[in-house]
Amino acid sequence: MRLDDLTTNSGEWMRGSGPESDIVISSRVRMARNLADFPFISRTTVQDRERIESILHERVALIASENELLYLDLSKLEKVDRQLLVERHLISREHAEAQGARSVAIDGDEKFSLMINEEDHLRIQVMQSGLDLDGVWEQINRIDDLIEEKVTYAFHERLGYLTACPTNVGTGMRVSVMLHLPALVITRQIDKVFRSLQKISLAVRGLYGEGSQAMGDFYQISNQVTLGLTESELIRRVSDIVPMIIDYERQARDFLVKESHENLHDRVSRAYGILRTAQTISSEETMHLLSSVRMGVNLGLISDLNIPAINQLFIRTQPAHLQKLTGSDMDTSDRNIERARFLRRYLNKENGTGGAAEHN
Amino acid sequence: MKCQNCDKPATFHITELTDGKPQELHLCEDHARQYLTESSGEPTPASGMAALAQQIAIGQTAEELARLDQQACPVCGITFFEFRSQGRLGCPHDYVCFQTQLEPLSVNIHGEAEHGGKRPSRPAGGSEHRTQLIRLRRELKEAVDEEHYERASQLRDEIQRIESEES
Repeated sequence: MRLDDLTTNSGEWMRGSGPESDIVISSRVRMARNLADFPFISRTTVQDRERIESILHERVALIASENELLYLDLSKLEKVDRQLLVERHLISREHAEAQGARSVAIDGDEKFSLMINEEDHLRIQVMQSGLDLDGVWEQINRIDDLIEEKVTYAFHERLGYLTACPTNVGTGMRVSVMLHLPALVITRQIDKVFRSLQKISLAVRGLYGEGSQAMGDFYQISNQVTLGLTESELIRRVSDIVPMIIDYERQARDFLVKESHENLHDRVSRAYGILRTAQTISSEETMHLLSSVRMGVNLGLISDLNIPAINQLFIRTQPAHLQKLTGSDMDTSDRNIERARFLRRYLNKENGTGGAAEHN
Repeated sequence: MKCQNCDKPATFHITELTDGKPQELHLCEDHARQYLTESSGEPTPASGMAALAQQIAIGQTAEELARLDQQACPVCGITFFEFRSQGRLGCPHDYVCFQTQLEPLSVNIHGEAEHGGKRPSRPAGGSEHRTQLIRLRRELKEAVDEEHYERASQLRDEIQRIESEES
């Protein structure tokens, strides 16, 4: 498998399958781990980071027996390739922009990624399309055990797994579910939902994690607390609340269908129309319109597209993906023209299933 | 010392890091509360932890804080001030040597102070042994930086001896 193979598919988390996949985009768990006999990243020397990288590289390679792994040395990758990995949620922005020896191992299905020398020595992440946190937890727990067989993690009897930032100490685990909530946004109920989530210590973030805006009406809900609860309890905390939010979103969609059907249909059709005809379009506008189209497909207002095809567009219209597609450096205005061209080609020539299949 | 915003005595001493430069704030209770609630209104990722860490400074006199800030971890050498301003710890031993300061912070973040989840199946194998390696590697780097090559080669041998004992 090569890095360039990634650009032409949607990856696991945008596959658009699995339970509740009309609203739940993906389920994800990540774990933070550190080797016991090295300082945390901020106090490491260049040599320390190289040693940590090689020790963990060796361990990570051992889990490859079951899956083909793509191993990428981030210090040798071009900026556009690192950006591509960020857009696919395979590494964090911090990991992309950091310095020194650092790497990531990704399996062929892009279900898991192991980041070495991120904020912690090791960050294990497992993703799955749709709502299936228990399945994800099972997989990540197994990977964690496999790696731990040969390395000694920094662990404290009372505080659990020790991390560079005290906000991750204990389980080192962040459980998150990515939701598409356009109807709650349109009906202006989204803030109310967030306020109640914050009261029970759940965090809400945008599509690209901390600090990113809620582009395309995508929201990530995750646990804030990592210490004091078991991993299963943390999973439960998030997975108990998700069905309620799904229910709110469905109610809001029902309301829109019943009470303002023409407005809704108009909104969806216009969005689809712009995406199929625009000559230049920003990433922001694309996300915004795709969000309406995605909801329109789910509500049966658009019949010649399917969800996996739409999900692909969310990813493939991102800046680094477009750049890889054309193979040349582009400034923002060139990219906007290229994005519009890509959308027209994708949405006009190949409709729905056929188009998506061809792109897979 | 007076509050920099009014005539009341300054009881809160806050060190804010803007563009990498520390900036001292001396505030009375009211202005400190106002300042802290304003700045915590929009927590950004990198400074989110730093903002939390700054709470440690509340209720400390300037002298107490200055003394606390100078405390350094014997293993990795990070000072408490560096942790407060970056929001990132330097090594696993920091959780032990800064325990008194970190504990209330931990309760503040997690509402709990004790781990309830999984444990490594292998015994951690003497954490002092572990931190010893971190300390030796740091001393090695310092010895090289200061061009004490004899000391450096002794340290290198010792590190290799410990590493080979492990494997």
